[in-house]
Amino acid sequence: MTTQPLLVVRGLHTVFHNEEGAWPAVSGVDLSIQPGEIVGLVGESGSGKSVTGFSIFGLIDPPGEVIAGEVLFKGQNLRDLSEEQMRRLRGNRIAMIFQDPLMTLNPVLRIEEQMLEAIQTHASVPRAQALKRCCEALEMVGIPSPETRLRSYPHEFSGGMRQRVAIAIAMINQPELIICDEPTTALDVTIQGQILFHMQEICRTHGTALVWITHDLGVIAELADQVAVMYAGKIVESGPVSGVLDAPAHPYTRGLLDSLPSAIQPGQRLRQISGMAPSLSNRPSGCAFQPRCAHALAQCAISEPELTTVNQRTYRCFAPLVALRTST
Amino acid sequence: MSDSTPPIIELRNVHKRFVKKQDLIQRAFQLVGKTPEPRTVYAVNGVSLAIQPGEVLGLVGESGCGKSTLGRVVAGLHRQTEGELLYQGAAVAQLDRKEKLAYTLGVQMVFQDPQASLNPRQQLHQILGEALHVHRLAPADDVPARIDQALAEVGLAAEYRVRLPHQLSGGQRQRVGIARALMVSPKFLVCDEPVAALDVSIQAQVINLFMDLRAQHGLTYLFISHDLGVVRHISDRVAIMYLGKIVEIASTADIFGRANHPYTQALIAEVPNPERRKRVFVPISGEIPSPLTPPSGCTFHPRCPHAMARCREEVPQLEAVAPDHWSACHLNHTVA
Repeated sequence: MTTQPLLVVRGLHTVFHNEEGAWPAVSGVDLSIQPGEIVGLVGESGSGKSVTGFSIFGLIDPPGEVIAGEVLFKGQNLRDLSEEQMRRLRGNRIAMIFQDPLMTLNPVLRIEEQMLEAIQTHASVPRAQALKRCCEALEMVGIPSPETRLRSYPHEFSGGMRQRVAIAIAMINQPELIICDEPTTALDVTIQGQILFHMQEICRTHGTALVWITHDLGVIAELADQVAVMYAGKIVESGPVSGVLDAPAHPYTRGLLDSLPSAIQPGQRLRQISGMAPSLSNRPSGCAFQPRCAHALAQCAISEPELTTVNQRTYRCFAPLVALRTST
Repeated sequence: MSDSTPPIIELRNVHKRFVKKQDLIQRAFQLVGKTPEPRTVYAVNGVSLAIQPGEVLGLVGESGCGKSTLGRVVAGLHRQTEGELLYQGAAVAQLDRKEKLAYTLGVQMVFQDPQASLNPRQQLHQILGEALHVHRLAPADDVPARIDQALAEVGLAAEYRVRLPHQLSGGQRQRVGIARALMVSPKFLVCDEPVAALDVSIQAQVINLFMDLRAQHGLTYLFISHDLGVVRHISDRVAIMYLGKIVEIASTADIFGRANHPYTQALIAEVPNPERRKRVFVPISGEIPSPLTPPSGCTFHPRCPHAMARCREEVPQLEAVAPDHWSACHLNHTVA
């Protein structure tokens, strides 16, 4: 029954240095992903969700630094690997898709060169055979007439098409894990629907696991198996999507769901979360959410709630909204 | 006073085209007597609609459909290429100086990106007070009080008056953008994606602010957004735009309950819904075509699952399918 998880993140701490010291962007994140599983990482801007993705992928550059924690990919700690060994994994066994595909595609190279590079960096494949794989990959993400499109430059594609190319490149070596950092945020809903359709298909046929970083709870609900909600650099709640979104234990998760227009009758005032997320330099004492929390106790301002695990669900809260039972 | 008040804003068959300037080669061709077809973007392509005082009209569409251009025409930032814009029943193009000023001040705009629409070198009191000074709307002594009042209305403390835009968060900056629009006591706000750049929890705060301001000042909104969830929440009526045309317009309840146009139906189906679990995505195919070369007939036909031969040839007209429910689709004429 228990398969070995594909990726385990334990106690990840990432800080950003400046003249005044080290500011914690991610402070103690734990994640576990099974092969073929889709895990949603949800949070607002500045919650540390993207930095978590970058830390797993080993892309934190100075002034940022991963100062503690383990990133175990199939049991191997990625933090122990040399840059050369990481390079062999990246784009091969682990891939990443970014929000802005213009940032990831080289504007002066044809798509063809960029896709071939992704294949031939990791294996010696004859050009003809590699080109065939490129075509298949483009077809898989729904790009019509891939043979001619391979000869195009990134600027000749629309935003949605560019993101498909980025996904095709990420998929080309059939990685076991793809980290997706807001890949559909900049796209229209009909295009987002198409991309989600292809991603779902790819995961099903190849058994690829996804970390899907987003602020859109709607997308997570429809796509993911597991969800982790981040606030101020910590995962405040995690578990299976149906459990967490149907009956959230943490007041922040509840607040996020309630502030969506779909949570209430049209025309009524939305149930907003008052205040705003704390900045890196100004984290409140105790629970970071306590100044905005309607359920805060005296204790919440003094000490920080530890991670409570019940069944498959975890939360950090002294006053959870639902009582989770230990046995089902 | 006549017993029927005219709509606050009315558009009659408004077109907005952007024509690319001729480059050197094209001018050279012209010299030898050959005039090449100028490249024209058909951003808004024959839009007629009327917005009643106190109403919130949501305008929805994907990027490139011309919804922002339409909003800018309404706010007077673009002059329409063809057609008429009426403010309180009078054609804007024929207004005299004084009436023109009443229109300019009466219709204000809130932009998507408050970072780009606020001067980074001006303190908030300069940003907010500028219109009052320029138009001499208030004696100089009253201006600070008016600024404080506007800040209070959008939920910012009076000490923010000396802040610079970069010292504010995204949500606070959007509040300043709204306060600036309110300074000249407008009747009508064109809100162009005002919450698209904001986080979920902040978005809720700003939407609530829009609803409070409407109740307090009796404002009318043209609320432009690609987010159907937000539009459904705030609007009385919704217009769906596709490639420069309005394809469906109806009350919010009708649009979301009985959508008529296949495009509206597709859009509504694609809105991510936190209530839905593990959906199998079956998306609508294709992308929005380029407004440089719009398809013939119904512009939606290349993506439409119900397209017929007629759709490729004939442009469907906006027609009433139910009381106050208008849709432009040939399917309404086929016998079921």
